[in-house]
Amino acid sequence: MENQNLNLLDRALGLDGPSEPWPLSGRVVLIEDCVETSGSFVLHQLVKRSLSPTSSNVIIFVAFANPFSHYDRILRKLGCNLVTQRDNKRFIFFDMLMLRCPDVDEGKSSEGGLVLLYEKILKTICGLPGDKKDYVTIMIDDISLVEVAANGGSDYVLDFLHYCHALTSEFDCSLITLNHEDIYSSMERPTLILQMEYLADILIKAEPLSTGLATDVHGQLTVLNKGTSHRLGRSGNKIHNFHYKLYVVLWRKKLVISIDKGYSSEKRSFRRTYHVNGRLGFWNLNTLCVTHLLNG
Amino acid sequence: MATTKPRLSSFSRNLSAVSSSQTPGVKCGPNGTMFVSSGIADLDKILGGGFPLGSLVMVMEDAEAPHHMLLLRNFMSQGLVHGQPLLYASPSKDPRGFLGTLPSPASLKHDKSRDRESEQEKGLRIAWQYKKYMGENQPNFDSHRDNKQDYCNEFDLRKPLERHYFTRQRVNCVGIQDSKNLAALQEHCASFLAQHQRNDGSCALAGRIAIQSLCAPQCEHSNMDWEMLSFIKSLKGMVRSSNAVVVITFPPSLLSLSSTKRWQHMADTLLSVAAIPDEDKELAKLLSGYQDMVGLLNVHKVARLNTQVPFILEATTFSIKLQKRRFLVLECLNQAPVDGSSGSSYGTSGSCSGSSKAGTLDF
Repeated sequence: MENQNLNLLDRALGLDGPSEPWPLSGRVVLIEDCVETSGSFVLHQLVKRSLSPTSSNVIIFVAFANPFSHYDRILRKLGCNLVTQRDNKRFIFFDMLMLRCPDVDEGKSSEGGLVLLYEKILKTICGLPGDKKDYVTIMIDDISLVEVAANGGSDYVLDFLHYCHALTSEFDCSLITLNHEDIYSSMERPTLILQMEYLADILIKAEPLSTGLATDVHGQLTVLNKGTSHRLGRSGNKIHNFHYKLYVVLWRKKLVISIDKGYSSEKRSFRRTYHVNGRLGFWNLNTLCVTHLLNG
Repeated sequence: MATTKPRLSSFSRNLSAVSSSQTPGVKCGPNGTMFVSSGIADLDKILGGGFPLGSLVMVMEDAEAPHHMLLLRNFMSQGLVHGQPLLYASPSKDPRGFLGTLPSPASLKHDKSRDRESEQEKGLRIAWQYKKYMGENQPNFDSHRDNKQDYCNEFDLRKPLERHYFTRQRVNCVGIQDSKNLAALQEHCASFLAQHQRNDGSCALAGRIAIQSLCAPQCEHSNMDWEMLSFIKSLKGMVRSSNAVVVITFPPSLLSLSSTKRWQHMADTLLSVAAIPDEDKELAKLLSGYQDMVGLLNVHKVARLNTQVPFILEATTFSIKLQKRRFLVLECLNQAPVDGSSGSSYGTSGSCSGSSKAGTLDF
């Protein structure tokens, strides 16, 4: 029954194979979206996959955007009971909605708030029983609100992310974050988003259709999977581009993400993302590689 | 559009649903949400029921025209008419004075005649075939609207709201111009929302918060980007667990692009108003009823609480019209009949395709 619910997104992420070892272990996933198309559905889909009965993942969900009840209702429609998972210690929810680093002595306390958060995550991971420690997924929804909580201290947010990234190598956990790409696209030096994109092993981007609104298609999804190992043994970048639609499937009473293969991907959007920055000269190489692989 | 309808039938917003228990002005919605009316019946329809309790609505102002005030006035009046407590914050010197400009509900007689009028009008639009599919839902809604007139009133903009509605207990006005930062406003909001905490299931009384021109230049906090963002974030966090709706209007031209995007992302429901130039001949040729239009309303985002399925609108741009110079209505944009002699085709299939972006107009 599990296989029937797999879709192109799962395949693009490599989740169509056996669930152990967890394909996203030790990997960093970045989901980007914009005002017109929200990318949070990808996050929900990943929560559902991580908490499937065949895997033994533990999710540490750091929520800045929505309360537990919101995710609970959505995942319930997807066939996953978060309350039960929370009781079974497979879903650990950090409610950060009201986190606000006080602005008295801005520098120290913004950093302080995030340091405390990191320590809390670390403590939670270390506190897990031995076998579960290897299958932790840290999810953050979403990074732009972490910046607000830090009163604009993007450097502290970056430090926090780097520390979380270190956890992926130390504990083999996966790090999945959501950020809004359109906030940074007008900036001259969007350091935060560029660094996040650089760190990410898998980049998932949700965008509206260039042709405008449509009732049948809610948007397009582009998945860039860096350095996957192909079945043929080669490793290379893979780009997938789909049109997606989110709807309710009546007979199963679940939400199924239906993703149909779309037209050939709009490469130029990726070139915009991998914006050439004088300092990060190697971006050029990356872009060329990507283009080459797509054409070749 | 027709193909998706059967699928959504069990989960579609059932506009004829009975309003929840005894609370006037609150209606049950899908996914465990409850709605309050925006004060504009057309807007409620467009948004699929109204403003969900626990959500944050943002209206982007246009510097050239004060149409956001129309939305704000109707929102506030509707709350007062239903006896819902209101917290109003504004950068003006005398926020309480604004209450005198709130509209009063129109007399019953006019409502019925308007319904009949609009029904007849729709019957005559034979040329636009797709309207008859859209019209399916409307008879249901209108007939129920007569019965539950309570939910959304028709407001007469020329008649001021009776003074007994704004007693001190119900309305709290806060001026944000003179305070150094947003801490005082946050305090007010926190204490207001604490009175409307959501306890499982029952809804005691809904509350409304209206904040006008949050980043207005005369306020001291207007250049403190992160402070304002922090305020909105904590307000959003507080309102999610309460039975209240917050409406914030702001002029995006006064914020940086990046900040504007952050504000937009924080909104659950995002609307924007735009002025319409007075004597634009091109626009007059393109749209029917141009003379009556006061402005344009754009719906960018519709609140999706407790669900991930986006709400796809038939159209995102609507014209704001004042019927008989008193009643606010929102209408879909309709293309004027093409003049045969001109020989050019407009390409788009009509108002209700969302891509009214095509062509020379930028809404």
